[in-house]
Amino acid sequence: MRDMSVSLCGIKFRNPVTCASGTFGSGMEYSGFLDLGKLGAVTTKGVSVTAWEGNDTPRVAETPSGMMNAIGLQNPGAEVFIKRDLAFLKNFDVPVIVNVCGHTEEEYVEAVKILSEREEIAMLEINVSCPNVKEGGIAFGTDADSLLSITKAVKQVSKKPVIMKLSPNVTDISMMARAAEEGGADAVSLINTFTAMKIDIYRRRFVLANRTGGLSGPAIHPIAVRMVYEASKAVKIPVIGMGGIAGWEDAVEMMMAGASLVAVGMMNFHEPGLMMDIINGMEAYMEKTGIEKISDIIGCMH
Amino acid sequence: MKKCRAEVVSKRKLCEGIYDIRLKTEIAPEAKSGQFILVFPNDPSKLLGRPLCICEAEGEEIRIVFRVSGAGTEGLADIDINKEIMIEGPLGNGWDLSAAAGKEVLLLCGGIGAPALLELSKRLCRMKGKTDGPQNVRAVLGYRDSSMNAFLSQDFKDSGADVVIATDDGSAGIKGNVIEAADKALIGADVIFACGPMPMLEAVKEYSEKNGIKAYISLEERMACGVGACLGCVVKTTEKDSHSHVNNARICTEGPVFDASEVVL
Repeated sequence: MRDMSVSLCGIKFRNPVTCASGTFGSGMEYSGFLDLGKLGAVTTKGVSVTAWEGNDTPRVAETPSGMMNAIGLQNPGAEVFIKRDLAFLKNFDVPVIVNVCGHTEEEYVEAVKILSEREEIAMLEINVSCPNVKEGGIAFGTDADSLLSITKAVKQVSKKPVIMKLSPNVTDISMMARAAEEGGADAVSLINTFTAMKIDIYRRRFVLANRTGGLSGPAIHPIAVRMVYEASKAVKIPVIGMGGIAGWEDAVEMMMAGASLVAVGMMNFHEPGLMMDIINGMEAYMEKTGIEKISDIIGCMH
Repeated sequence: MKKCRAEVVSKRKLCEGIYDIRLKTEIAPEAKSGQFILVFPNDPSKLLGRPLCICEAEGEEIRIVFRVSGAGTEGLADIDINKEIMIEGPLGNGWDLSAAAGKEVLLLCGGIGAPALLELSKRLCRMKGKTDGPQNVRAVLGYRDSSMNAFLSQDFKDSGADVVIATDDGSAGIKGNVIEAADKALIGADVIFACGPMPMLEAVKEYSEKNGIKAYISLEERMACGVGACLGCVVKTTEKDSHSHVNNARICTEGPVFDASEVVL
């Protein structure tokens, strides 16, 4: 047995594989395809204080080796989430990372206050990088001063370790990672999606109702690896790496670039059992190459 | 519900751009009428499954009848017999057969909406006259013109339904849309099941509300996950949805079949 566990922010994860927020619902939707209790962690879709309607449809579009989405952070609100989704996840022995969204700093703080009371939650991931909502989201994640300020604000009230989820839509990701660290973040996760656009050339219409959407999938994986590398070199706090992971090789690569945990995103839609394949593939790779502890490869390329 | 291999056992072109494929798959026995499957293109650059309704499910086979509408379905239309593809399903809620008990049933099928209603027609016709079955099953199949060969109309007849054909230009059957054709053919109904393009479904909803006839409609939307996780495919609802707690519902999970009075088109 190889040691696949990783520890960050005082929490032990049985393996370094989780899902990227928004691609796995709250775990319930995919629980018929894989055993949630075998994952490193379950990361939920973004939760806000009150219910959000989200954007008009079409909300998704396929792109070469990837997809675009503009869901608009639809969610039932913290109260329903706690009663239904979190209660469901309690049935599994798995750390839960809850993604948090808001329109204003006050809304983020309010959501963090409510959620961080819950003992079922291991960590909170603050979504300051969604490109698909008009207020909040990315507005906080593309300016270092705003990021610093909101990180401080949520850290002040959070009883759980705080992960700031960073946007790749910036010139210098190291600067953003440092701003989060300076604000007191316990970890950063990256990358969220790239703001993108697709036009139907016959109808002369934007394919997505929101006009722009976030691009994700294997198409952007090499950019994600570069950004995880840069961010993890810039800070001492742990980095959670994501962006187009499609197999165990990508996951290993992301860890070598500097990620302590890796998250599988849109490829869950392609292969619902993918996270288990990645966990098994990683273990076989460790066996084959004589790696005792997976944590030994974290940031080995620095 | 699972993702698995399926073998192409037959393929036919029904008319320009519309194909009929039978798949041998382990998920066939659990499929209900009105459910759908995701069909994954055999192309590593196209990663999302295409949601296609289950036209028929018999024994070990699922039949899909689809229109080529992009590179993904184009690839599917090109596939050779005996080749394997990956599918996921069965997904969605399917038609509520109990809504037809004791009723005069009208199936309104607009163009490529027809495949979503064939398995329903078969199952309802088998139940005809029984206490939990319908009194009668009538189907109006609408097409653009005669070049579409009234595809699937023989299948509906074989299922035991009374069939009326309509075309927009009158080149085959009754001239007009499916609702006009139903009126002209003096078909009365207690319950409507419909699938077709959005303008038709809007008209069905309006017709059902005006005439006080219950209507169930099958919707489509661009999808990513197909299992309710991504919230990509939603339809606005008149009341707060019990899952989402906002005024929209997931077409892949709460649908694709909805009570027409409960959705905003």
